[in-house]
Amino acid sequence: MNARLLPYVLILPVTLFLCLFFLYPFLLVSKQAFSTGAGFTLDNFREVTGYWKFPITMRNTLLLAAAVVPIQLALALLMATMVNRMKKGRDLVLYVWTIPLGISDLAAGIIWLAIFEQSGFLNSMMSGLGLVDKPVNLLTFQNPGIVFLAIMLAEIWRATAIMLVILVAGIGLIPKEYYEAAEVFGASPWKRFLRITLPLLRPSLQTALVLRVILAFEIFAVVAALGGTLFPVLMGETYAYQFDLLNSGAAAALALIILAISIAFTLIILRVLRVPKGATI
Amino acid sequence: MAQIEIKNVAKRFGTYQALHDINLTIQDQEFMVLLGASGCGKTTLLRIIAGLETATTGEVSIGGRRVDHLAPKDRGIAMVFQNYAVFPHLTVFENIGFGLRMQKLPNDEVKDRVERTAELMHIEQLLKRYSGELSGGQRQRVAVARALAMEPDVILMDEPLSNLDALLRMEMRAELKGVLATSNTTAIYVTHDQVEAMSMADRISVMHQGEIVQAASPIEVYRNPAAEFVAGFIGNPPMNFLPAAPAGDGKWTVAGQVMDGPRSGKPLKFAIRPEDMRPADEGLTATAKVVEPLGAHLLITCEVQGSMFRAVLDSDMSVNPGDQLTLAPQPDRMRWFDPDTTLAVA
Repeated sequence: MNARLLPYVLILPVTLFLCLFFLYPFLLVSKQAFSTGAGFTLDNFREVTGYWKFPITMRNTLLLAAAVVPIQLALALLMATMVNRMKKGRDLVLYVWTIPLGISDLAAGIIWLAIFEQSGFLNSMMSGLGLVDKPVNLLTFQNPGIVFLAIMLAEIWRATAIMLVILVAGIGLIPKEYYEAAEVFGASPWKRFLRITLPLLRPSLQTALVLRVILAFEIFAVVAALGGTLFPVLMGETYAYQFDLLNSGAAAALALIILAISIAFTLIILRVLRVPKGATI
Repeated sequence: MAQIEIKNVAKRFGTYQALHDINLTIQDQEFMVLLGASGCGKTTLLRIIAGLETATTGEVSIGGRRVDHLAPKDRGIAMVFQNYAVFPHLTVFENIGFGLRMQKLPNDEVKDRVERTAELMHIEQLLKRYSGELSGGQRQRVAVARALAMEPDVILMDEPLSNLDALLRMEMRAELKGVLATSNTTAIYVTHDQVEAMSMADRISVMHQGEIVQAASPIEVYRNPAAEFVAGFIGNPPMNFLPAAPAGDGKWTVAGQVMDGPRSGKPLKFAIRPEDMRPADEGLTATAKVVEPLGAHLLITCEVQGSMFRAVLDSDMSVNPGDQLTLAPQPDRMRWFDPDTTLAVA
């Protein structure tokens, strides 16, 4: 086998697979989004963006991402730094911390529903401690703050680990000598984190943030379990268009809007956290 | 004034004793080289002085001030690391200015000092580059400049030239020596390369198995090794050893020859440097095994009464493998070691 051709031959199966099961459906969805039966049109986009719920779902989705992702980033950085300092038991701690990764998002939503619902753990605890007379319904339209908080907590619990594992790997790649040099030249632990860890972690931060932000815009099952219709998000609306309203053109248009937002944020993250030429480890 | 005093410093890693009771005083502005094979504890000692490692017991003082409990930044030191540790995400300018920025010096002063040290190390044209765009030699210069920019009392160097190719190493050796001589800093330099140690040091501390075997000027270490280890470690080729049997009243029998030596009742080891042997009418009888013409001289590996023996002779001599030679040691260069303590006997 020709050595120059071999790499291309080896990636051929996965390329074909992706073309068949990703690119082709994507083209179909695009076609659906831009047509209503007769020729090219933007009607589907006009319909979904003109609907009264669209600004709310957009706002909710962005708000949730803005609230959850920075907290997850800070937590993941803190946890990764701590794990990295551990001499013994590091793997065990890492396994425990990444358990939520193995749970589906719907299951995660249901676990947190079991905590927050009227007959849930939180209510039993509060009545057990005598804080409330009778169990209260926390997840109602009267308590939008609590609904938002519950969704936030579930998301943080569920999806911080994906950033954690990426950052742990990234921190492990930074040579110890840089920290020693920084220490000798007068950098405090906090300064070492700011001036050594963060900048040298940029490639990992890029990956972790891109992945996490995309997932944040795709949030669906956790919101469905905890908020139902109280907290509409973009993906939930897409689902409603497709399966409740049976309007697949509008669903396709909304899906493309989500894709556009994801791509935009990905480009922003890649741009902001870019590493100048010659400045890699 | 930055005299460094190391008192009874020992270091243990788990069950491994890396350093045994080290005592060493390094004078202000002295260039001290810690020399030894890998694993001898020289880097550990340097890291203890730097504050990157804590001694299990003992004291370290710099300029009369105890520093063992101070953070590295409060010890008045700067360091050059073996792999340079030039920060990849900062430009050369910001690398050299890193310590100055940490001290929150005003921008003008940072700029001034960075440019001055960059000029000193001949890297002023590289200030805007990142380390990924530099060669090994240039990175080395950045690492040294970063240390010098701190204007430290003490500069610590951990095998700074070991990653450079031979030619560059020779060039940097001379340059580093010159720069440090004008900087008025006390320098501690760790290396396993004896040529580096001999050529740069004011004083060499030869280390072996976590102990300092000898601390003396390069020529003293070379001429009067304090122990068999030093004699066998320094010099290329190293000293020759032959068993010596007492023949009474300061006389010794070495390979059938009677020589003058120290007064001692028990058997000793006779030692001589290969270049201190001369062809003579009377002396040790040697059978040449390998002859290596090295240009400037002839290196001959021979056998003397069953022991391997090396001699460096004039390159005009014609010697062939199998030849019988009679070699006489230069009397004032003969050394004697006690085989039990391995220490020199005068």
